[in-house]
Amino acid sequence: MSLPVIEVKDLTFSYNSLGTTHTAIENVNLKIEKGELVGIIGHTGSGKSTLIQHLNGLLKPNSGTVLIDGEDIFSKECDLRKIRFKVGLVFQYPEYQLFEETVYNDIAFGPKNMGLSPDEIDKRVKEAAAFTGVEDYLNKSPFDLSGGQKRRVAIAGVIAMDPEILILDEPAAGLDPKGRDKILGQIKKYQREKGNTVLLVSHSMEDIAKLATKVLVMADGKVEAYDIPEKIFADTERIEKIGLAVPQITEVFEILKKNGIEIKESIFSVEYAKKVLLSLIGEGEDA
Amino acid sequence: METIINAENISYFYDEETKKYVFKDLSLKVEKGSFVAVLGHNGSGKSTLAKHFNAILQPTEGKVYVNSMDTLDEDKLLEIRKDVGMVFQNPDNQIVATIVEDDVAFAPENLGVPHDELVIRVRDALKAVSMENFSDKAPHQLSGGQKQRVAIAGIIAMQPDCIVLDEATAMLDPKGRREVMEVVRRLNREMGITVVFITHYMEEAANADRVVVMDSGKIVLDGSPKEVFTQVETLKSIGLDVPQVTYLSYLLRGTKLELPKDILTASECADAILKLLEEKK
Repeated sequence: MSLPVIEVKDLTFSYNSLGTTHTAIENVNLKIEKGELVGIIGHTGSGKSTLIQHLNGLLKPNSGTVLIDGEDIFSKECDLRKIRFKVGLVFQYPEYQLFEETVYNDIAFGPKNMGLSPDEIDKRVKEAAAFTGVEDYLNKSPFDLSGGQKRRVAIAGVIAMDPEILILDEPAAGLDPKGRDKILGQIKKYQREKGNTVLLVSHSMEDIAKLATKVLVMADGKVEAYDIPEKIFADTERIEKIGLAVPQITEVFEILKKNGIEIKESIFSVEYAKKVLLSLIGEGEDA
Repeated sequence: METIINAENISYFYDEETKKYVFKDLSLKVEKGSFVAVLGHNGSGKSTLAKHFNAILQPTEGKVYVNSMDTLDEDKLLEIRKDVGMVFQNPDNQIVATIVEDDVAFAPENLGVPHDELVIRVRDALKAVSMENFSDKAPHQLSGGQKQRVAIAGIIAMQPDCIVLDEATAMLDPKGRREVMEVVRRLNREMGITVVFITHYMEEAANADRVVVMDSGKIVLDGSPKEVFTQVETLKSIGLDVPQVTYLSYLLRGTKLELPKDILTASECADAILKLLEEKK
């Protein structure tokens, strides 16, 4: 088996404020293989955001280690700057972090900091802009764009650094279905076509079920489960107990199973549901 | 039925120079005591419309009446905003005080409500949103859903006739969304408060009595959730989703497993399938 691209060992972190300590994550252990698209789910306060901020060294743990490509990022020898180019982090509502006069300059900010040549920067900016579909706005002020467009500019700014690991905290929050599908489609492409690893925090079980190759479930600062989506969403009760919901279509099939209907697989997509239902009454897709 | 909000042939643009209309000649009446969901994608004009309902925005052309008061009438502004309260998207942007009960008291105190009554109003408002046990907490100790419920309590304390929620659940997790939805439904049913609920989530709109769908500044669908959600093609064509089970029923049309068109919930769907499978045996 190959070396995991991310390895988290016994990670614990507490926030201290006004003399009170709140343990945000406790004894988190996790191995993520290269090229996975990991969906991270968990209720508010479950430790999702705290965990991902450790993966590029923004937060330093009280105890435990984070290895990126086998390198301990909190060791003295490690150059955290390099880690931050390798692990790109897109925060929630990243459009509030745009600040440059033009979209072009905003996307160029990261690559410039990497010390790339002007030609390389130009190439990166154009590629990243095309990738997220904002190539027509390069000379505009980011503040003249719509919310969805700004979001894509912000994501382009991180993609322009070509990170091996791309981590996004709720990239589709507040977007309508069309805007959501566009952004998530590009993120999937970043994983599939470039073979990069992507971690995606989302509250939408439908989106996670559609995109993820693995699902990480966080609850009360701990890893509740890490497995393929089929296994995770098969346990409706457990998912609901920790304040989450399974996709509606999955819920339907869980009810059917409870009523003695024999269905082996887990169902996430409506198209697949149709196929399974029709085969139940002996009618194939083309019949 | 009595009308609480009446938008008559209103038009609006943000930019005086370009005169780019968000909507033109739009009319909508909201009945007192009803629960209306407004759906639409980003830029469809739904938030702009909502801001006309308590005179945050005033129409460029046409009139909006709130309880028969013209929103262009400067003298009525305070009364209009007392009658129609608004909850916005970001829970962190609408809490002003450092203690929950101070936050809920903020608006009525500014209206000059006497202290004794203020105490009662704050207590009742927090109770109405099931946050009575958090009255002495600091806002940062609350979850997103709890913060939104505090924001709603702040409006309830004004004793409004109507609450407009402008994507108030967009930043919440599923649990927070459920909490807010439960509170809003209860306020509507038990206190008779009119609710205008602006959202992207179809499952939430399914809770309303009436669903209004907007696209490019126009109302394209208007009816009960069942009436609106069966228009799968129209909804998809304007970039909106329907609940997964409604879509399943749409896909199964014309097959041997024809489900009722108007199913909205997982249990309705499972029941319908079980019944059909039973019949096929």
